[in-house]
Amino acid sequence: MSTQPAGRNEKVGVYICHCGSNIAGTVDVEGVRDWAAENLAGHGVVIARDNKFMCSSTGQELIEKDIAELGLSRVVVAACSPHMHEKTFRGACERAGLNPYLCELVSIREQVSWVHTDKAAATAKAKAVIAGGVFRVEEHAPLEPIRVPINPATLVVGGGIAGITAALELADAGFPVHVVEREPSIGGHMAMFDKTFPTLDCAACILTPKMNEVGMHPNVTLHTWSEVTDLSGYVGSFTATIRHKARYIKADLCTGCGICQEKCPVKVVDQVYEAGIGYRKSAYMPFPQAVPKVPVIDGPNCTYFSKGTCKACEKFCPTGAIDFTQQDDEVKVEVGNVVLATGFELFDSRRIEQYGYGRLPNVFTSLEFERMSNAAGPTNGRIVLRDGVTEPKSVGIIHCVGSRDRNYNAYCSAICCLQSLKFAHLIGEHTDATVHNFYIDVRTPGKAFDEFYQRVLEEGTIFVRGRPAEVTDALRLPDEADQEGRLIVQVEDSLAGMQRRIPVDMVILSAGLEPPHDAKETAHRFGISCSSDGWVIERHPKLDPVATMTDGVFAAGCALGPRDIPSSVANGAAAAARILGRIQQKVMSLEPVRASVDESRCSGCRICNDLCPYNAILFHEDQMVSEVNAALCQGCGTCVAACPAGAMSGTGFSDAQVMAQIEGLLSVTATGEQRLPHRLLEGVPA
Amino acid sequence: MSAHPVAAPVDGAFEPVILGFTCNWCSYRAADLAGTARIKYPPNVRLVRLMCSGRLDPSFILSAFAQGADAVLVSGCWPGECHYQVQNLKALKRFQLLRRVVTGLGIEPTRLQLVWASAAEGQRLANEIGRITEEVRALGPLGWGGAAAAGPPVGAGAEPPGVASAAPPAVRDLTEVPA
Amino acid sequence: MSANIATKPRLAMYWAASCGGCDIAVLNLHEKILDVAAAVEIVFWPAVMDAKYRDVEAMPDGFIDVCLFSGGIRSSENEELAHLLRRKSKVLIAFGSCANEGCIPGLANLSTVPEIFAASYGDGNSTVNPGGVLPVPRWAAPEGELHIPVFAPVLRTLDQVVPIDYSVPGCPPESPRIAEALTALLAGLTGTGPLPPNGSVVGGGISTVCDECARTRNVKKIDRFVRIQEVPALDPTLCLLEQGIPCNGPATRDGCGALCPAAGAQCIGCYGAADGVVDYGARLMSAFASVVEADEPEEIDLILDGIPDPVGQMYRFSLARSLLRASRAALEADGARLPAEPDAASPEPALAGARGRWRR
Repeated sequence: MSTQPAGRNEKVGVYICHCGSNIAGTVDVEGVRDWAAENLAGHGVVIARDNKFMCSSTGQELIEKDIAELGLSRVVVAACSPHMHEKTFRGACERAGLNPYLCELVSIREQVSWVHTDKAAATAKAKAVIAGGVFRVEEHAPLEPIRVPINPATLVVGGGIAGITAALELADAGFPVHVVEREPSIGGHMAMFDKTFPTLDCAACILTPKMNEVGMHPNVTLHTWSEVTDLSGYVGSFTATIRHKARYIKADLCTGCGICQEKCPVKVVDQVYEAGIGYRKSAYMPFPQAVPKVPVIDGPNCTYFSKGTCKACEKFCPTGAIDFTQQDDEVKVEVGNVVLATGFELFDSRRIEQYGYGRLPNVFTSLEFERMSNAAGPTNGRIVLRDGVTEPKSVGIIHCVGSRDRNYNAYCSAICCLQSLKFAHLIGEHTDATVHNFYIDVRTPGKAFDEFYQRVLEEGTIFVRGRPAEVTDALRLPDEADQEGRLIVQVEDSLAGMQRRIPVDMVILSAGLEPPHDAKETAHRFGISCSSDGWVIERHPKLDPVATMTDGVFAAGCALGPRDIPSSVANGAAAAARILGRIQQKVMSLEPVRASVDESRCSGCRICNDLCPYNAILFHEDQMVSEVNAALCQGCGTCVAACPAGAMSGTGFSDAQVMAQIEGLLSVTATGEQRLPHRLLEGVPA
Repeated sequence: MSAHPVAAPVDGAFEPVILGFTCNWCSYRAADLAGTARIKYPPNVRLVRLMCSGRLDPSFILSAFAQGADAVLVSGCWPGECHYQVQNLKALKRFQLLRRVVTGLGIEPTRLQLVWASAAEGQRLANEIGRITEEVRALGPLGWGGAAAAGPPVGAGAEPPGVASAAPPAVRDLTEVPA
Repeated sequence: MSANIATKPRLAMYWAASCGGCDIAVLNLHEKILDVAAAVEIVFWPAVMDAKYRDVEAMPDGFIDVCLFSGGIRSSENEELAHLLRRKSKVLIAFGSCANEGCIPGLANLSTVPEIFAASYGDGNSTVNPGGVLPVPRWAAPEGELHIPVFAPVLRTLDQVVPIDYSVPGCPPESPRIAEALTALLAGLTGTGPLPPNGSVVGGGISTVCDECARTRNVKKIDRFVRIQEVPALDPTLCLLEQGIPCNGPATRDGCGALCPAAGAQCIGCYGAADGVVDYGARLMSAFASVVEADEPEEIDLILDGIPDPVGQMYRFSLARSLLRASRAALEADGARLPAEPDAASPEPALAGARGRWRR
């Protein structure tokens, strides 16, 4: 049987958990314990114990006692997944004076007893797994966590309701916050809405006080009409490069009087705030309550920039704030943590050609309808057809446009049902129109949501269960002869069991939510991962929903996936709370899994240089060697595996450790016997 | 909730030993999820946890074959979803080159497989493990380096199926004429 | 290691399954060979002087102070002499790539013995063998029974057969390195200098060929691999790998002076693996693949198609020493052989029973 490497004299303790009957019901724990004591003695095992619940204080005390009395230098626990209790057992070792990184937890529950039924095979596999752990732990070295200081400043990316919430929590707690927003004003999508469900609060009324707070807060530095172009560094010490796009207006001189906007002769369709159904000027503030109250001049649509004439804004500006020579500028800010609150974009309904959006004038999207319904919107709150005059007598609202659909997005967009109910109600408030809602399910999980649904039912809204096949202006049936100019919604009414063609004047598409078009670039820039859909991946979907896998970068709101305003607010506050905890502690400990380069062996071949997504590998031209910046390194080990000279090593997952684990895992056959020592490695020098 | 039918073990039948390399953030968590959901799959795969599939060194895989593994499974996050951005793509490239080399040495490509699995795909990973186990069972033991390296046979007297030639001769006198 | 050297140190050099290049490399010391000849007593060097095995058998154990053993172990004769010279030598050195890692003869591990014999004695272009005569270990000649060495199923490195004391890498080792190595060893043995630590590599560095190469290196992004003759005008100042030539320099131990890249040819890896690396091919594979500039499997394959013989590219010199050592077919024929037991009578070997242990 194979023995410890020459010169090693570790004392290994093996602890096997029953986990009640979770493990012991399938794995012969006592048998494995005895097997380990006998067969792994050559690898330093001096004691093997079992316990009903190793993670209990009794279980942990077993380990602590043995470290003290038997002088254990290594510990292997065979129990649940390292993701559950690695910290627990490391803690036990540390309390007993053993470096916590000399402890290895191997899973014989999630990976053995819970997934295999054959007890003999499961027991054999448990032996192999434990052998793997014992061989590996012999190669462990004591490690110290890396401590990094936490800069109390925070970067919040995105000025919607989630970002605003996070920013205010942090700023009110007394710490500086940089809020970066790519539009001229903060407010996000919520500023576009008319009323919010289910309470029918006016969105602007509840939002604008918060926006003003942010704008006036002494601890907040607002960067609007700006983007983060680069983020470097690591948790506690990030450097963000923020590019301020040129407004052509000097913000410090501007009083927000709005004369430039009034006098500007150029009118363009406002595709952003007015969702394409209203106009704005070339010199404009997106809406009157904009924060900051500083307009921007839309360069591509400005007469001065295209023809060199006009300059009406400059003529009339009372403070001389117009500056056509203004350039983009860049600032670098130092922050300790980042909150990504980059929100969503609406699914492009033109992709569903059979709904006619973009082709049939009276098909509207949800955001278009919000603007229409809004008293401050382009129609002053009147619900009218595309001609701007005619009130619809009948409206069809289609749920799940681009959502719950394998052809577009398979997920549910969470808010569209309530939004569709809200629209039904608002149409009833503004008009006498009949409303049909075309739904698959009505999803009303939140507080007072279902009651709102009942109310909308009682108000006489007609619900048709079916996903419309088509919205068309082509009349087909004889009894449609008098429907010229109207729209027909063709749908299978699945509850009635029949096809229906329902004439309406207006169709509203409750389009789904999608990640912003540049979500993947953003993820790359901030060093986080997003799913194949483009939503930011949280560290744990249940237990850690606002943290990302990257230390120091949090996410809030729809950047994580479709959610409503209360959830976005909760996310923002949660992210802020997490950050406040970090700031309080001033210092954070990072896992010491890092790569390093042995300069004497490095030949400067530069194969590693481009392999690091965190730019942690530097090349020193003068000495022709590469070096790893341990603070930037995230410990993936890719460079360690690539180095052709074997000059790079990785703590925590060194070659020696992984190779030893492989050897251990393969040292036991499928039936639990020990294999003869592998002869092909013999003769290879140590 | 078993997705993959797990055959009852037949005495003396060949049970493949397969080594699986998983990444801490996706495929290892998928295996954990399979456990939490009590999804059953064959016990033939033993997992090594790496921080990232990008840590995968071809030496690990070669060492596994040399030490008796009948097959190796490599698993990591889906391209585009790597916790470390793009490192799983390095694993993919190394895997493709390594596969050419090991097949050049006479190892069937079925014995070295790559399966992407996100943290939510416990069921899928279990299915893939089941599939690979059966594929390797059909191929027989790899037994790299002959019977001496493969350990004692499973089941009394049973000849492991799939061994290419006749039973290897006893220790040979070098003065014998080679076959 | 006590240097029980009474007179001039006794040097031996042997060639097992080799090409003779290592012996020539020693002779290439040119005039320095006279210094060597003056400093040592050459007691056994079949390439250069007549000798019989029974003379070696007659020597007392440990009689030879330094034995340079080149060539791999492919036949029963090679194996017999490995054991014999181990017994008779205080210091046994695996000299040159064959003895260390198999070298070119090691590539025969990709074939089975019947295939090798068919190529050598049957299908070869210059072979005329209508009777299909194959070598046999015993032949009844009129004068008596002839014993001919048996051809083993695979080639082994020297240290896969007997424990060794030092390694000198290279195919062949460069003559200046040989001079340095011999000088250091002799100084150590005569007590006039320190002996290198037992088991170490002498005559090679601890980095790789890139360390000695004068070509400019940039961040690596390889979008093609090509044969060197396909490139019309190679840039003599730029890294060959960056020009698409699969140069093995990054994975190959330094010590040769990067002669080949300096001469406009890619490194093919004759100095073996970098210090502490066990499987040369694995390191090279990992490095090449990691910098391939493509993300889709089909595109990656297209680029990798530029290396038409991946096994040869990765293991040209080091196959016998690699983790898998040989092709499956060749090893299955070898399956019943157990490794030779280390000689009980030999001096305390530093690497007896050494198991694969991974340094990092």
